[in-house]
Amino acid sequence: MKEALPLMWRNIPERYNLLGSRCDTCGKNYFPQRKVCPNCRRKGKLVEAKMPETGKIVSYSEVFVAPTWFDHETPYFLAIVELDNHATLLTQVVDSKREKIKEGARVELLFRRIYEDSPEGAIAYGYKFKVVS
Amino acid sequence: MNKAGIIGYGVSIPHYRIKTTEIARVWGKDGEHIAAGLGVKEKAVGSFDEDSATIAVEASRRAVKMAGIDAQKIGAIYIGSESKPYAVKPTAATVADALMAGPDLMAADYEFACKAGTAGIQTCMGLVKSNMIDVGLAVGADTAQGLPGDALEFSAASGGAAFLIGREKCIADINHTYSFTTDTPDFWRRQHEEFPMHAGRFTGDPAYFKHVVSAAKKMLEIAKTKPSDYAHVVFHQPNGKFPVRVGQMLGFSKEQVQTGLITPVIGNTYSGASMIGLAAVLDIAKSGDRILCVSYGSGAGSDAFDLTVTSEISKHKPVAKVQDLVADKEYIDYAVYVKHRRKLKSL
Ligand SMILES: [Zn+2]
Repeated sequence: MKEALPLMWRNIPERYNLLGSRCDTCGKNYFPQRKVCPNCRRKGKLVEAKMPETGKIVSYSEVFVAPTWFDHETPYFLAIVELDNHATLLTQVVDSKREKIKEGARVELLFRRIYEDSPEGAIAYGYKFKVVS
Repeated sequence: MNKAGIIGYGVSIPHYRIKTTEIARVWGKDGEHIAAGLGVKEKAVGSFDEDSATIAVEASRRAVKMAGIDAQKIGAIYIGSESKPYAVKPTAATVADALMAGPDLMAADYEFACKAGTAGIQTCMGLVKSNMIDVGLAVGADTAQGLPGDALEFSAASGGAAFLIGREKCIADINHTYSFTTDTPDFWRRQHEEFPMHAGRFTGDPAYFKHVVSAAKKMLEIAKTKPSDYAHVVFHQPNGKFPVRVGQMLGFSKEQVQTGLITPVIGNTYSGASMIGLAAVLDIAKSGDRILCVSYGSGAGSDAFDLTVTSEISKHKPVAKVQDLVADKEYIDYAVYVKHRRKLKSL
């Protein structure tokens, strides 16, 4: 099993709805959620915040040799996406023509299956992104 | 009497397509002939990471954005599908969390072959009209599978649509609804079986045509309308031919059927089919347009709806128009299709 069921369940707000943190002191956004703002340290005031559903590709790579659970998906694209509030995340980029996947390309949020540990097991859903044509 | 109507809608159609001729090539059949006979040129193929839950979520998010409401206002969610990711575990709960609509809401999954989604619309109408809820969400979504080599494989497709039903700021009022239901063994899938069975020619006259015609005729009687009163008519569309033929039988022109006929370019999306058709019509409808929509589910039954588009339609634009989703596509061959739809046992 890739990750324990309780963890899969606890990750639902983050994976389904991009719930991250915003620091009310300096205004910086973080994804996933943080307990302390690295900018402000003890002066920081972190609140739960929904991240925007659009952003741009900062860098990407095509995966040919995948970890277990993802090996039937090769080749696929992994990217670091900078959301419109400057928070960054690592995500799969799917449903996009190969030539459109490049640095600076605009992307939008999708809701997809991330993995299932077996045909009988629970399905983990979450975010992926696609290039907006 | 309280009213109920559509306050927003959204559609999800997968990115990948396979052509009818490509499927036919693998089985040594005449693809052009099959495409012409079925009236289906190509079909939408759900990717390996899509299922009826992901399609339902993506369509529902668009519906909420179009309506411009806080998802917390949604008081009930009903998901109609015959291809649920879990045999036991509700898709409606996944959709509720993905919309951040919960936890204060009613939720359930519906099953009635291809009309489970429209049954959800009727449930939401009842809850809205009786003031039990302000807004309800009804979704029809499927990732339909046909047995490799079977006739169904040429049309069984993936896609879905979501409709928000409310009483204020409706873009279309639902004036009336009527259902026609009989026990008819035209198509079924037994518990634990992967692919459905169908009764061949039996799926036509005593099943689809009888139920759609009966529901539509009664609807016109209740609404005191005639075919020429409608700007558009949408029928369940297992292929590109049945809706045109049933339209002719009822006295509708090809033009009235045309806008809501999407199956020729995406295939039969089962629970999604008539609802995607209705969305395509609403995408271009004008205030005052009258619309008739009749779904069909094997087993068997039809739900008919008589709608009138309101002036609100100019204030609410769809997040993604059906025709734009149809155009956003990439073709795959049969081998990649087999991989995506996990038709090999090891996948
Ligand atoms: Zn800070």
